[in-house]
Amino acid sequence: MSVEILARVQFAFTIGFHYIYPPLSIGLGLMLVILEGLFLKTGDKIYEMALRFWIRIFALIFGIGVATGIIMEFEFGTNWATYSKYVGDIFGSALAAEGIFAFALESGFLGILIFGWNRVGRGVHFFSTIMVFLGSLFSAVWIVVANSWQQTPAGYHIVGTGLNARAEITDFWAMVFNPSSVDRMLHVWVGAILAGGFMVVSVNAWYLLHRKHVKIARPSFRIALVVVTVFSLLQLFLGDRSAEIVARYQPAKLAAMEGHFDSSARADMYLFGYVNAKSEKTSGVRIPGGLSFLTYGDFKAPVTGLRAFKPEDRPSQVNSVFQFYHIMVICGCGMIFLSLLGCWLWWKKKLFDHRWLLWVYAYSVLLPQLANQAGWFTAEMGRQPWVVYGLLRTSDALSRVVTANQIIFSLILFTIVYIVLFILFLFLLNRKIQHGPIDYGTKEAIEGGARRDNPLLEHTPS
Amino acid sequence: MNTFLGFDYNLWWFLVFGAVISGYAILDGFDLGAGSLHLFLRKEESRRIAMNAIGPIWDGNEVWLVIGGGALFAGFPVAYAAIFSAFYVPFMIFLVGLIFRAVSIEFRSKEPWPLWRRCWDIVYCFASVVISLSLGLMLGNVVEGLPLNANREFDGDLLSFFNPFAIMVSITTLALFMMHGAIFLTMKTENRLFVKLHVLANNFIVFFVVSFVITTLYTLLYIPHLSDFFKSRPGWFAIPLLMILTIANIPRQVKVGKYRYAFASSAVTIALLLIMVALEVFPYLLYSPQHPENSISVYNAASSTRTMKILLIMALIGTPLVGIYTSFVFWTFKGKVKLDEMSY
Repeated sequence: MSVEILARVQFAFTIGFHYIYPPLSIGLGLMLVILEGLFLKTGDKIYEMALRFWIRIFALIFGIGVATGIIMEFEFGTNWATYSKYVGDIFGSALAAEGIFAFALESGFLGILIFGWNRVGRGVHFFSTIMVFLGSLFSAVWIVVANSWQQTPAGYHIVGTGLNARAEITDFWAMVFNPSSVDRMLHVWVGAILAGGFMVVSVNAWYLLHRKHVKIARPSFRIALVVVTVFSLLQLFLGDRSAEIVARYQPAKLAAMEGHFDSSARADMYLFGYVNAKSEKTSGVRIPGGLSFLTYGDFKAPVTGLRAFKPEDRPSQVNSVFQFYHIMVICGCGMIFLSLLGCWLWWKKKLFDHRWLLWVYAYSVLLPQLANQAGWFTAEMGRQPWVVYGLLRTSDALSRVVTANQIIFSLILFTIVYIVLFILFLFLLNRKIQHGPIDYGTKEAIEGGARRDNPLLEHTPS
Repeated sequence: MNTFLGFDYNLWWFLVFGAVISGYAILDGFDLGAGSLHLFLRKEESRRIAMNAIGPIWDGNEVWLVIGGGALFAGFPVAYAAIFSAFYVPFMIFLVGLIFRAVSIEFRSKEPWPLWRRCWDIVYCFASVVISLSLGLMLGNVVEGLPLNANREFDGDLLSFFNPFAIMVSITTLALFMMHGAIFLTMKTENRLFVKLHVLANNFIVFFVVSFVITTLYTLLYIPHLSDFFKSRPGWFAIPLLMILTIANIPRQVKVGKYRYAFASSAVTIALLLIMVALEVFPYLLYSPQHPENSISVYNAASSTRTMKILLIMALIGTPLVGIYTSFVFWTFKGKVKLDEMSY
């Protein structure tokens, strides 16, 4: 296999694995803020128990997120040296800003969030929780800004030619607020909040099914249901905005997302289907003119198709872009359906009556995860063959001194490590969920529950 | 030439980058050291206390690595690209070490089973040692210089990284971190564990001094050009002199039980060592001994002046903020470790 394919596979694999965790941190961060806010306002023990349970889960997720995230920062240099030189001026600044403004905030206050319950006052702890949540939001801002600049470059000029060409900032704020960054950032934020929200929904549905911790599970479920309803509906609107930006700035990507080839024809919208890139035909269940309507508000308007681009300027895997995009949309609709159904049953006072539905909710955590992954694959594969849209081709962005064997070595290494890590993560997550929330307030409960986690709890230095 | 307070922006950003790397070495140095000596602690309780001593802060310490990576990427992209693609294999091993270390801290406490905990103890200790050694190995190679081609890309083979000088720097780094970590733990522990760490700290001081002296002698005898800077500027000799005094101060303070001063001394030692490295290599970030004209310096590797200015503004706003909340977190967790229900 070529160095380019290997390097892309490695990047996709490491970022895909990483992207399981930060969205959960952002989403759970919001849930922690809400739970702690409710605890401080009402003083109700239930919220404290739920909060401290979720803090433990958060710590586990955050730990893996950090470990897999540090890899990403250096992978640009190891595998994509030419790219790093080309965009260092711009991408590097965004990454540096992420480190100093966001990640430092998040990691600093994380210690207090996790270990500080007995050491600082309630207010300071709440403040730390908010700071951790804000830090994770800011983190996403800078990463999405950097990525959006690759999609819709702005505020730069090109200096030098050939191997020494590189982009330099001419206008920092135009670079930060490039045409797609605000919409994409909101889209990513909301996707992340849904990941965390559905995780809370799912775990509490599981408790209700097993009649465990029912007193905590019911209110937690309802809180999370409100969150996912608000944000899944918001996502419908934000997703549409993101697609409009793609239509305006990356027409080849939009055409690939719906498998649209002929520029003179109306563009259909598919519910599902298959694209044959060779024969340039798309088949499946469709709404005629749907894409034309979404883009221009007219079912008959022609939309730029893939044929308008030279073969070497089209996304190399059109069918994959199409499929990932549709997986994302289907998952998004699934989330809206599940949240509205939940709200309707809640209103009818039958929310917890159907066991089969609780089972559906118990597995609903997979929907936002699938949607987030599929969304990123759409965004990144749809941008191909460019690494910086219209400026730098992926095939030119590699480290020229790194050989295929070196990448295979590291790819195998990361595959093994990440599989082990993922199995351990699921195992520990499952155990933590099985243990459930503990009432830290009473001695009996600590002896019954917490000592199971910490056999040496009774240790007191003499 | 664009300048700020008399220095050009390239020099400023070199100083910022150096400061971040020193911050990283001082902060992550003690938790890496604490990890590297983990298996010297035998009892479950001792290991838990040692782990919880760094528990709330190690993550914040590692942020400095992320900031350092970002600072190099943003300020000197050519150097970032050359260094990390050159050190591909050692750096991947370093990163895998970081992953394992992070998860071993997180996972260890989650199950009470002795075998589970023992396995994670070994992973934690081993990963800390590997990280320290590979950091030292890369530092050693950067100081020595790497073969570079006309495109300022690495042009050599992997085995050349394992040369005597780099290996010595690598071992010295491990020794330095272990000493630094042991002194840190003395401040966080009590009773028998504390006594044990006091003894360990003394042993690691010997370990460090011996490996430091050997490395220095080797450098003076076999790589004389690395001391050119000090030979031609006798006034600056104050810095190595000062460093010898701070190193000598470490055992002195440990002996009288002033661990805080000992810790400060070892922190200053780390900073002075890196300052000496910076003085020796400047203006180069990566020197090419065979083809000096291909070397990567702070001038030919730099981003545009506009970006440098933006970065400097970011650093001026960001650094005090980071300083404030880092001190707040350290202050919150000051004093001896007390285990509670949220501990690892």
